[in-house]
Amino acid sequence: MGDTADAGTLESLQQGAAADAAGAVKAEVSGLSFYYGDFRGLKDMSLSVHSNRVTALIGPSGCGKSTFLRCFNRIHDLYPGNRYEGSIRLHPDNVNILSKDVDPIDVRMRIGMVFQKPSPFPTTIFENVAYGLRLRGLAPRAAVVDKVEQSLRAAALWDEVKDRLHGLASNLSGGQQQRLCIARALAADPELLLFDEPTSALDPIATASIEELITELKESVTILIVTHNMQQAARCSDYTAFLYMGELVEFGETDQIFIRPGRKETEDYITGRFG
Amino acid sequence: MSNGEHLSKQYDHELEALRARILHMGGLVEAQLQSAIDSYERPDEKLAQSVIDGDRLVNEQEVELDGVVVNMIVRRQPTAGDLRLIIGVARTVTELERIGDEATKIARAAKWMFDKQRSLRSPRLRDIHSSALAAGKMLRGALDAFARLDAAAAASIIEEDRGVDQQFQAILRQLITFMMEDPRTISPSLDAVWVAKAIERIGDHAKNIAEHVIFVAQGADVRHASPEEIARAVSQE
Repeated sequence: MGDTADAGTLESLQQGAAADAAGAVKAEVSGLSFYYGDFRGLKDMSLSVHSNRVTALIGPSGCGKSTFLRCFNRIHDLYPGNRYEGSIRLHPDNVNILSKDVDPIDVRMRIGMVFQKPSPFPTTIFENVAYGLRLRGLAPRAAVVDKVEQSLRAAALWDEVKDRLHGLASNLSGGQQQRLCIARALAADPELLLFDEPTSALDPIATASIEELITELKESVTILIVTHNMQQAARCSDYTAFLYMGELVEFGETDQIFIRPGRKETEDYITGRFG
Repeated sequence: MSNGEHLSKQYDHELEALRARILHMGGLVEAQLQSAIDSYERPDEKLAQSVIDGDRLVNEQEVELDGVVVNMIVRRQPTAGDLRLIIGVARTVTELERIGDEATKIARAAKWMFDKQRSLRSPRLRDIHSSALAAGKMLRGALDAFARLDAAAAASIIEEDRGVDQQFQAILRQLITFMMEDPRTISPSLDAVWVAKAIERIGDHAKNIAEHVIFVAQGADVRHASPEEIARAVSQE
């Protein structure tokens, strides 16, 4: 496990505030390794996730993209034998979210996740978004209603569902369901949003709307996205990380990675020469 | 730039064919330039006319290659070295087409001289000849550098352009002197100025091709860059 969380200390708050003021780094990954039992899925990864920017994670299947993403909301904790080394420090409070002393639920309150396959709860559209709000203790109905509308608007879904908020979420199209999942995540006012191949199950039109949404959302939230679609990474992201066999091969601005990659392995992968 | 093969063999074939076609177009333009210069120096009306007619082939190749480039961007969505190669080809096609146009201008001047029974038996013809040789050498060198994606060779071509520019200035000075000394030489001298200018522009286009080679090979955009910046870009192997 990583080192002890030091949130709340004056020093850490000052460091966090400074980082946030710079607008530069939302999360700092340092020497991160991850083990599925004896298997080392991630090897000593370090990178900075920039505030209000989209960072794409690319690489062949099994390279560790999703493993890396899932470290951010501690999903790995659900399974025995998994363990982390190193740290992921979240700003502005500079807390190491991998620390045993940090409750994974607290981490998930701050870091939302959207999965590959739309996963609405088997209830109404309204309740899907309101669920997390009630879990967090937001009781007054008017406040919940306002927040649900605000979240659905932010996810560019309000106009399509405002007249059927109490209809079943499962009756929505795939693209709408995925945007509902994004609205559900946004309702918790996350600082960081994780997208794990959010459009791989969607058609090109729905994909375009999700990509457009991602670009709009980065104004208010930092985004990490795993994608197999290189063009999607090139279109949506500001930074790109290329992973291979659990290692971070190259990390840089997306323009640089896609026009002039620094490493031959990166070039081979993004140009389709990867054997 | 990676030299490995793509998972898609068809993509490899398409890129190879694209490179072959741009070099073929380069060869055609080189031949046009040589014939244009020959037609001017003799002067040879038939040869000049063949250059003027031949420009149609150059234009056709420009349109065809542009179509191939657009098609590859749409179908392959190239990235990194592949993207730079395709963009480099698109830019080079334009340069070659313009060199073709300059060759046509020279051929028109030759034809006009022949029609008017004019002759320029003077030292400035030798200077135009050496300037044309230098520009032709630049073009050949730029195309060789493109074939080998040799950034260092391309950088030396860029350097050579200064010499061609200086030769043009020298020709201009000489022709002005001639025109001042003997007003009867004004008309043929003006023809010579147009030809010298066309050659100087060919040098510029060859230099541009060399810059595109550096972009393809190194990913550095050295247009408008200083010699020091170009040297730095080329040394980043």
